[in-house]
Amino acid sequence: MIDIVNLHKSFGDSHVLKGITTSFEKGKTNLIIGQSGSGKTVLMKCLLGLLIPDDGIISYDGRRFAELSGDERRNLRQDMGMVFQGSALFDSMTVEGNVMFPLEMFTNQSRSEMEDRVNFVLKRVNLVDAHKKFPSEISGGMQKRVAIARAIVMKPKYLFCDEPNSGLDPNTAILIDNLIQEITKEYDIITVVNSHDMNSVMEIGEKIIFLKNGVKEWEGTNKEIFRTDNKAITDFVYSSELFKKVRQMYQEEQD
Amino acid sequence: MNYLSDIGSYAIMVREVFKKPTKWPIMRNLILKEIDELIFGSLGIIIFISIFIGGVVAIQTALNLTNPLIPKNLIGFATRQSVILEFAPTFTSIIMAGKVGSYITSSIGTMRVTEQIDALEVMGVNSLNYLVFPKIIAMLFYPFIVAIAMYVGIFGGWIANVLGAHSSSAEFVEGLKLDFISFHVTYSFIKSVVFAFIIATIPSFHGYYMKGGALDVGKASTVAFVWTSVAIIILNFILTQLLLG
Repeated sequence: MIDIVNLHKSFGDSHVLKGITTSFEKGKTNLIIGQSGSGKTVLMKCLLGLLIPDDGIISYDGRRFAELSGDERRNLRQDMGMVFQGSALFDSMTVEGNVMFPLEMFTNQSRSEMEDRVNFVLKRVNLVDAHKKFPSEISGGMQKRVAIARAIVMKPKYLFCDEPNSGLDPNTAILIDNLIQEITKEYDIITVVNSHDMNSVMEIGEKIIFLKNGVKEWEGTNKEIFRTDNKAITDFVYSSELFKKVRQMYQEEQD
Repeated sequence: MNYLSDIGSYAIMVREVFKKPTKWPIMRNLILKEIDELIFGSLGIIIFISIFIGGVVAIQTALNLTNPLIPKNLIGFATRQSVILEFAPTFTSIIMAGKVGSYITSSIGTMRVTEQIDALEVMGVNSLNYLVFPKIIAMLFYPFIVAIAMYVGIFGGWIANVLGAHSSSAEFVEGLKLDFISFHVTYSFIKSVVFAFIIATIPSFHGYYMKGGALDVGKASTVAFVWTSVAIIILNFILTQLLLG
């Protein structure tokens, strides 16, 4: 379990995270949602240790991140997989090279063992013919799949995805969402996804926290989100015309 | 105050570069790749510039020898001294700061902008060691470029001298041998090692800590070139005072 207690982070005068307290459970897809500038990415960067919080506690299965030594942090990071918003693939390496990179860096496996593992994870994300291609030669959706393959190649305990659907068409976005959820169940890991895509909320939001102006405004599941009276979250969810109509139809059916 | 802060950050960066080394088989490949890119990739432009600069030094010296009492072998002597003491180590380093420095800043800066450095950090890789250390080691071969610049520069001077009929080939060669102090070559190589470190690390610093987008990568490259050149010029003065003064 990942526990966050009273997390604060400021940049100069801008107080971005204001006392966030929550927890993310194993085997669940946890979503952090909110408008742009609500603090989602800052929260995720604090979780990953890329930003140091001003105050508060982040602990991974009881291990407080701030109290870990440099080596312990690096070891913990080897248990983390991260899918960046822009995929962050190494553009000087092929797809195979990108996925094999963590294995080369942190394991003593033979070349054939590494190739077997890379082939397995690339097959798992439905990429079988792209091994020798460079990131610039494949589509955005394929890049996301490579990023997911790279994130899971070391069998992580914690998977983080920063807006995995951004820039993808709706069909590909659903495929990526489903893939993330399947991997979460299959590997029984803690997955944390940053998103402002309501389709993702509907599809994979087993636990959702809603941030507004750096404050945790609401917490619940994708089923509860449509029944809440919290104005901030209903304004966010129903900012789309499509969802407004769906809600109207749902209410008409209920009446 | 910002300058002091930057110097402090630069010192911390250099310290971090040597911490938690990357596995040797991976590092070896990175070093070989950087030697190919930074050293062999620069040979063409250095040879081209050296031959013409050597020629210009010889011509300008010859044209200023109006007094018949001054021996013609001074052309070879002045060309040798100019090329070995200043042109090969310092002028070449300024060129390298532009060519190699901008490559280093833009490649690392692009990795920063596209979150590739964050990806390395999240994996638990010491990104500074992974990205900067191979460049420092590759640039240790920089004196090899400086040596070539010396030979080619003097050769360019000889060609310009002979083709321009300023003096005979024998007089030029006699000037090259005149009062030769071998320590001047050592001095030049010492300077080139220091400049190599500067060329590898200052552009890396500006790329690694840059903020913003693609446009800012270009700005960072320009700023890196300016500061690398400033550092080279200041250190050139200090080293000259220490080693020859």
